[in-house]
Amino acid sequence: MKKAGIIMIVGSLLLLGLFKFPLWNIMLGAPQYPDPLGMNIYVDGIRGVSEFDIQNLDGLNHYIGMKKIPKPEEMWEFSVFPKVVLGMSLLGVLLGILGFMKKISPKYFLGWFVLMAVLGILGMYDFNNWLIDYGSNLDPKAIIKAYNPDGSPMAYKPPLLGHKQLLNFHVTSLPHTGGYLMFVGMTLTLIAYWVGKKSTQMQSKR
Amino acid sequence: MIKITKLPLAILAMFMVLSSCNDAKKSDGKSGALSSNVAERVYVAPGQHDEYYAFISGGYSGNLTVYGLPSGRMFKEIPVFSQFPTSGYGYSEETKPMLNTSHGFVPWGDAHHPDISQTNGETDGRFVFINENNTPRIAKVDLTTFETTEIIEIPNSAGNHSSSFVTENTEYVVAGTRFSVPIPQRDMPIKDYKGNFKGALSFLSVEPEHGTMDLSFQILMPGFNYDLAHPGRGESHGWFFFSTYNTEEASTLLEVNASQNDKDFIAAVNWKKAEEYIKAGKFKTMPANYAHNVYDEATHTATSTMKKEVRVLNASELPGLVYLLPTPKSPHGCDVDPSGQYIVGNGKLSANLTVHSFTKMIDAIENKKFDGEAYGIPILKFEDVLAGVVEQAGLGPLHTEFDDKGNGYTTFFISSEVVKWKLGTWEVLDRQPTFYSVGHLTIPGGNSRKPTGKYMFAMNKITKDRYLPTGPELEHSAQLYDISGDKMELLLDFPTHGEPHYAAAILASKVAPNSKKIYKLEDNEHPFAAKSDSETKVVRDGNTVHIYMTTIRSHFSPDNIEGIKVGDKVYFHVTNLEQDFDVPHGFAVIGQNTSELLIMPGQTKTSVWEPKQVGVWPFYCTDFCSALHQEMQGYIRVSAAGADTPLKWSMGEDIE
Ligand SMILES: [Cu+2]
Repeated sequence: MKKAGIIMIVGSLLLLGLFKFPLWNIMLGAPQYPDPLGMNIYVDGIRGVSEFDIQNLDGLNHYIGMKKIPKPEEMWEFSVFPKVVLGMSLLGVLLGILGFMKKISPKYFLGWFVLMAVLGILGMYDFNNWLIDYGSNLDPKAIIKAYNPDGSPMAYKPPLLGHKQLLNFHVTSLPHTGGYLMFVGMTLTLIAYWVGKKSTQMQSKR
Repeated sequence: MIKITKLPLAILAMFMVLSSCNDAKKSDGKSGALSSNVAERVYVAPGQHDEYYAFISGGYSGNLTVYGLPSGRMFKEIPVFSQFPTSGYGYSEETKPMLNTSHGFVPWGDAHHPDISQTNGETDGRFVFINENNTPRIAKVDLTTFETTEIIEIPNSAGNHSSSFVTENTEYVVAGTRFSVPIPQRDMPIKDYKGNFKGALSFLSVEPEHGTMDLSFQILMPGFNYDLAHPGRGESHGWFFFSTYNTEEASTLLEVNASQNDKDFIAAVNWKKAEEYIKAGKFKTMPANYAHNVYDEATHTATSTMKKEVRVLNASELPGLVYLLPTPKSPHGCDVDPSGQYIVGNGKLSANLTVHSFTKMIDAIENKKFDGEAYGIPILKFEDVLAGVVEQAGLGPLHTEFDDKGNGYTTFFISSEVVKWKLGTWEVLDRQPTFYSVGHLTIPGGNSRKPTGKYMFAMNKITKDRYLPTGPELEHSAQLYDISGDKMELLLDFPTHGEPHYAAAILASKVAPNSKKIYKLEDNEHPFAAKSDSETKVVRDGNTVHIYMTTIRSHFSPDNIEGIKVGDKVYFHVTNLEQDFDVPHGFAVIGQNTSELLIMPGQTKTSVWEPKQVGVWPFYCTDFCSALHQEMQGYIRVSAAGADTPLKWSMGEDIE
């Protein structure tokens, strides 16, 4: 159970990588943008990959009537997400310590993982809703109005994950360093549960 | 133990020698007679970049053009000494001061010899300096922005030809006068030229970090014509060499009267000695009047300052400052090889090349082996300083450049050819025709201690029959040769713009990574900048109106302006809010008496407009900037001189 506790602590601490590295990255490239424009999504806001990417994306988006990319203070998510991440990380560390001292059963580790997964899915759901709103809630006076083959107005929602073509832009959306650290961390907490379970089984056999 | 560790090294060294042999063979094969397709060797595929930048002077266009090598594609024309409506250079309020001189606003120039700044004798790709021949000036072009950022006028000078060459750490840029004139200028009979006219050689110091120029001192010389110049390199660092003609000091029909002496001179100037004399206070401060124009990248604005004096050293009175090396038949080119040992003086009326030895020169000076003097300046004995002669190489030798293998390449104007010869043995190795009447030639880095001996290009004065005709006037032509093999090989003809007087070339990798993509809007300190639509405004001050205007794809702000009156002086201060590479906006208003503007991202430029007629007049963007470029327009309402139309401006107001 000592080993499991350490793994749990390490896994939970990896969440803190989200305060340094972006969770997600969306890149937009077109022939006339040989250096693609990109935005990095952090837990506390959206920043351009290069210095003026956000300004240049907003400049392009105004043709299709898209809202400006939100500043951190314009979305409640960017004040709540950091607190959730910090809270979950501290909780995980606490559980790890308790596990290390054999005060709790490894099931708590699994519980943490499930809670984190639920919060993560909720976060993704929220993020996707924001993308839908951002890509389809357009200014009716927009300069360019594009339509799908069925006649419905075209939406410009970037993909949640993977690649999509939006007009002349190739849009690629993938997790970034912070996101990968979080996935590794969560996997470690799951491993902590397995390791802890095995060691308690061994102990009970003895 | 030692032997064991050395063995693999030895094997490695052998392998390297072998493999480099193979490489040499390969490249030889390529450039030999049975070579592969010539087109292939100058072809730069779409999207690929050239290996070298070439900066070719535009002569009478007053500009500097930027080409790629080996493709010969022209990338840019940089306005230096001439107004340029394409960008508004010399027309915009910010750049008009760049063309200020003691003769007032001079909107044109004759740009001759570009030279790239150097560090430790190697081109460093920071700046290109270029001289103006007609109204003597030296300009500096910054290679981060490819813009002219400084111009300094040269007083006491006329026909600024032996210029603008730089010393090996860019300590000085030199500006030698072609024409001798009365110094100070005064009303006197022209026939009294001899003994009364003087020639000034100017040394402009360059501040190491920012490149700011300052006319440090001038050396007053006898009234000869100073044709070309070259700084010493390596062992001869500290010396500057100037070729002369008209040592006869004739003032009329020079084609005859200046060709009487069998030998003219190369003047060897010890500029380290000049520095000592300056330090020792052996100079005279002369009153002068010359412009120093500096462009500030933060305010996007040039200022012109008139300077009032200059420090002068008199070569006739200061021993050890200048020596004269006799050189046959009106030498034109004056070129120093990369080692700094050989000084080539090409007598343009001779068939031979004369090469002086720096070591022999120093030896002759130390042993005081003089052959008389001219105006107190010692003349050395021709035989004492001669390193060798390239015999009967061609007709009318002009200029010499050097490769990295100890060879010189000399152009022959009259026989239209480039001749390759060996330094030290003075034997002719190869000759190739040029088409036609070649002037200068350039080898990248050929002016420095580290030439790259891959390409050479010759710049010709006559083009006839090389391209489709374009009426009586043809653009001049440059010709690119592969010089990596034993024999030169013509690869490409390409037209140049203006007169390709001389050029400097450099590896693209030394310049391209530092090239700016935008000006940062937050660093814009232009006093009339509007950094967002909310900062736009129109301010009246008597008859003067300042419009603080912004542009972004695809609108002007404001785009409706009212309350302007006939007789007003309207300043459009236009700030481009874009922060994206290669997205300038243009500005033009009907009846403009200046030119349109082309405003780079983050930049502010000002155009003055003086409406003479009542009406509602359009302005628009001249640079196709976006899908809605055509809609990028606005109106300015002009009322009668006494009207009381209120000053009003707006953009995007709902009008229904
Ligand atoms: Cu425009």
